[in-house]
Amino acid sequence: MTRLSVRDLAVARGGRRVAEGIGFDLDAGQALILRGPNGIGKTTLLRTVAGLQPPVQGTVTADPDAIAYAGHADGLKSALTVAENLAFWSQVFGGPGPGAALAALDLGRLSDRPAAMLSAGQKRRLGLARLLVTGRPVWVLDEPTVSLDTASVALFAAVIRAHLGGGGSALMATHIDLALPEARVLDLGPHRAGDGGPTGPGRTRAPAGFDEAFA
Amino acid sequence: MIALLMRDLRLATRAGGGFGLGLAFFLIVCTLVPFGVGPEGGTLARIAPGILWVGALLACLLSLDRIFALDWEDGSLDLLATAPLPLEGAVLVKAAAHWITTGLPLVLAAPVFGVLLHLPAAAQPWLLVSLGVGTPALSMLGAFGAAITVGLRRGGLLMSLLVLPLYVPTLIFGAEAVRRGAAGADGATPLVFLSGITLAVLATMPFAAAAALRVNLR
Repeated sequence: MTRLSVRDLAVARGGRRVAEGIGFDLDAGQALILRGPNGIGKTTLLRTVAGLQPPVQGTVTADPDAIAYAGHADGLKSALTVAENLAFWSQVFGGPGPGAALAALDLGRLSDRPAAMLSAGQKRRLGLARLLVTGRPVWVLDEPTVSLDTASVALFAAVIRAHLGGGGSALMATHIDLALPEARVLDLGPHRAGDGGPTGPGRTRAPAGFDEAFA
Repeated sequence: MIALLMRDLRLATRAGGGFGLGLAFFLIVCTLVPFGVGPEGGTLARIAPGILWVGALLACLLSLDRIFALDWEDGSLDLLATAPLPLEGAVLVKAAAHWITTGLPLVLAAPVFGVLLHLPAAAQPWLLVSLGVGTPALSMLGAFGAAITVGLRRGGLLMSLLVLPLYVPTLIFGAEAVRRGAAGADGATPLVFLSGITLAVLATMPFAAAAALRVNLR
């Protein structure tokens, strides 16, 4: 079953096209890793897939209630404890309780600690644990391994593998080799939007409408 | 929605949450006015309805930029936008949390401050009711202003400029109800107008604020 289907997608940041002609399918149990140089539009593509911004062209077909998005920021409240942070997102998404997620990312010992007291890597792990409590099948991850140490990256890879094994899917942008041999890789390099000088299509194309001008 | 409300209330009451700041500000405004105007009871009683309403309005404004800015900074807003909860609902809940932590304490404390300003006893119930009816509109309009300016650095001042004109109808009818109460007249008419404004604001602003948030999240 195709969970997520992207066809001829073009995405824009600040009104300017960054990548175009992107297409892929993601089925249950599959992972797709986006690669490409900085500024190629990986984050923009992920935000478009997550429904946070509209595509300039093309379609994203997915059940909007299937996607769990994790961006650069972890969405943690520093005044709340680790367990309270997770419990909140679990309630909002109607997913499973925080117990299993705490164990999967080795946060059990820290559960009563305010999030403000965590190190950067621990915060990241808490941010990733949030994915587990959403109970959603398609994970859209933007640089999930930033500030994780080697052991935590391995822990995270195990979480991803368990998620895929349980019928989940993952779409992620990462520069680190996660040792996920089953994951496909999509290089965005060839999809860079044409910007061949001042007459190139990327520069001269005026926004098609009000909405796109603010996209 | 309950979870979001409880989280916002919990955050407001924990360290650095800013709970009570608005109330303290209101107290200081009400204490400063007699120093500036002079302690003469008749003058104070005449201007008290206006001062109390303007003070409540400014106190409300003080904490508005926190409604969305903090969630924007730590990425929670992106996650809320992708959550099953409609963004309109999230806006409504966050405005409600703002009202409970800022507006409600102002309403409950206002009679005490009314005494500070020699407000006639006959006007006290009108003050309580008009603030109780009017302050939800202040929080909701503020949430709209905060949604428009979310993501702007130093957006607080711009937000004040956007929001304060929108507060004018609420201020006019709220203060008028108290003034009529103080004069021993019937303040029901301005109170009905005030309720109408609040209901219209509550009905429309969640959609406007959610639309503004969606544009700002892109």
